Amino acid sequence: MPLNLKEHLQQLSETPAPSGHEGPAREAIRAAWAPLVDAFEQNGLGSLIAVKRGDGPEPRRRIMLSAHMDEIGMIVSDICDGFIRTLPLGGIDYRVVLMQPVLVHGRKTLPGVFGAAPPHMSRARGKYPSHHDLWIDVGLPADEVAKLVRIGDLVTFDAPFVSLRGDRVAGKSLDNRASVAAVTVCLDELTRRSHAWDVLAVAAVQEEVNLGGAATAAYQLQPDLAIAIDTTFGAQHGVSDDESYSLGGGPTIGRGPNFHPGLFKALRDVAKEQEIKTEIEIIPGNSGTDAWAIQVSRAGVPTALIGIPIRNMHTPSEVLDLRDVSRAGRLMAAFIETLADDTLDRIGWRLPSQNGDPKGAEKDGAA
Amino acid sequence: MILRELSEAIGVSSAEDEVRDLIYRHIRDYVEDARVDPLGNLIAVRRGTGAVDLRVMVAAHMDEVGMIVTGYDSDGSLRFRQVGGLDARILPGTRVLVGKDRIPGVIGWTPIHLNDSKDTVSIERLRIDIGVTSKDSAQSAVERGELVAFDSRFVELGATVRGKALDDRAGCASLIALIQGEPFPFDLYVAFTVQEELGLRGARVAAQGIAPDVAFVLESTACHDLPPEDPDEPDQTTITRLGAGPAITVADRSMVSDPRLVRHLAQTGDREGIPYQFRSAQHAGGTDAGAIHLTGGGVPSAVVANPCRYLHGPHSIMSVSDFENQSRLLRAALMALTPAVLERN
Repeated sequence: MPLNLKEHLQQLSETPAPSGHEGPAREAIRAAWAPLVDAFEQNGLGSLIAVKRGDGPEPRRRIMLSAHMDEIGMIVSDICDGFIRTLPLGGIDYRVVLMQPVLVHGRKTLPGVFGAAPPHMSRARGKYPSHHDLWIDVGLPADEVAKLVRIGDLVTFDAPFVSLRGDRVAGKSLDNRASVAAVTVCLDELTRRSHAWDVLAVAAVQEEVNLGGAATAAYQLQPDLAIAIDTTFGAQHGVSDDESYSLGGGPTIGRGPNFHPGLFKALRDVAKEQEIKTEIEIIPGNSGTDAWAIQVSRAGVPTALIGIPIRNMHTPSEVLDLRDVSRAGRLMAAFIETLADDTLDRIGWRLPSQNGDPKGAEKDGAA
Repeated sequence: MILRELSEAIGVSSAEDEVRDLIYRHIRDYVEDARVDPLGNLIAVRRGTGAVDLRVMVAAHMDEVGMIVTGYDSDGSLRFRQVGGLDARILPGTRVLVGKDRIPGVIGWTPIHLNDSKDTVSIERLRIDIGVTSKDSAQSAVERGELVAFDSRFVELGATVRGKALDDRAGCASLIALIQGEPFPFDLYVAFTVQEELGLRGARVAAQGIAPDVAFVLESTACHDLPPEDPDEPDQTTITRLGAGPAITVADRSMVSDPRLVRHLAQTGDREGIPYQFRSAQHAGGTDAGAIHLTGGGVPSAVVANPCRYLHGPHSIMSVSDFENQSRLLRAALMALTPAVLERN
């Protein structure tokens, strides 16, 4: 059955799976990837690793695609008169949670909403309330809440996936389920293309807290090349053009010290050849993505980053253009199709040859 | 559940049509002389037995707070302003429905990675994103002046319910229940009013047309019974408490309630064993009664209100028992209402 990207992304978006508690996302992704891959491998922290074997002779080289599957969430930190206080799990923006619906994952899943004192009665006049002054109200009496909710229970946004005009959709956790969906598109594409290398698709845990999922998966898998896929800032009101990318303008390819220049160039060339719309995203240092951890795994891994522009990042109403997700998946598949025996030599570093080796000189230019 | 229908219907002040039609379908078999006045109020008479000679008005407002589209950015995002009292802090990240076609949209927010200021932004700096990519396509999808409502589902939570516009669709539902029940000893003049949120505009006109001897308003009122910000200073004004019964208003910003009616309501509650609480906060809020009591030569008026947390937000929470007791209390009070209640001593 052909992949229905919107339905797939909706399912991923609405799955509650904050950092360290990615079980529901892992199972949803495993089900979606199972028909497309050859095997799954275990990982100590819970990252899902899928193997799609290449058709080259063994031992085959391996490329790792890493998209984190965790979402930002909250943990119950205090219960008072039936009202629930939280602490963040990942980069929650407490300025946008007031009056947002949430799910409290207690003994039962309870629908709740964040309340706070009205502006004229709050000490935070003219300010956004802090997490300390924001209470989840599940509409139940205190004794019932005491039975159903404990400190340490998880809280996630209760935000249905919505189709907007055109190819745009809104939902929670598009950071980073959009990238997981892009990997699904890639794996689906690869069922119709031949590729020599093994593909290791990783749905990584705990990116939002410490990049731990990608770091440990990269250590475990020792890939020859890696591409991290994450969301990036979409152009929107209030955000400068320099730090954002148009929705529908294609995924970004990261350029900067976090990324291997040869791999960057190879991806960019494939995008050009295949006429897949992309933008170049300049990142002067830490990309804040799984690429940062993967690049320094073991003896170092040539790493690239593909970014999917989204608006309103880390709010319950992130917005993206589905075509960018699809393009990111097709770009990865087209690149994987080009991987050959000599790929690492072609993109790798090369010292200048003492006797003026023309091949070496060419490589300098390439890098 | 009629409350679900009423909560999920959209009727931002000045465009109450959908709510009015819905209410009319529920009361048409019980009322006479139903009409819509020039402001849009739905007025009707529930015939009584004629045992008591009083002209009694009961009102509940149909409108809800919302937003109005005022313009477009070049990227197709919609500019907007509030209609009625809105706390701009709740808007970022919120889901909305734009215009009669209910076009889904979201209110955008600069990611925390790029701006972490704690200062609240004004509504002028927020935008609605409906997914279009240019000013032209925004213009053809949405006209300036179209109204915007919260996109929220009604949720039954057990002892409470959650939804938008419980202020004052809960009052509308209670008034429908009064109309559908046993007739009263007098003709009951009912008014489902418009534009309460813009300054009690509909109720004034409705009362001027009805010219009642006495008026009651079924409202939803603020409830701030959250834990205090500072436990050492727990003297915040909660106004009401959820689940403690419907609130009888003693005074608010718009009116000092008629003490005879306040006493009558309280005595009725005591006699019938219907829980109630007093809402005394003078500084906060106003209701249609504020307009009604000043009409004509003056109309003795009182308010029975549902305590409601997070009023004017997309997800207010209300107690089911408070809501049920709102119509029970007013029904019992009306049944016992005679000209003697209004005699001055």
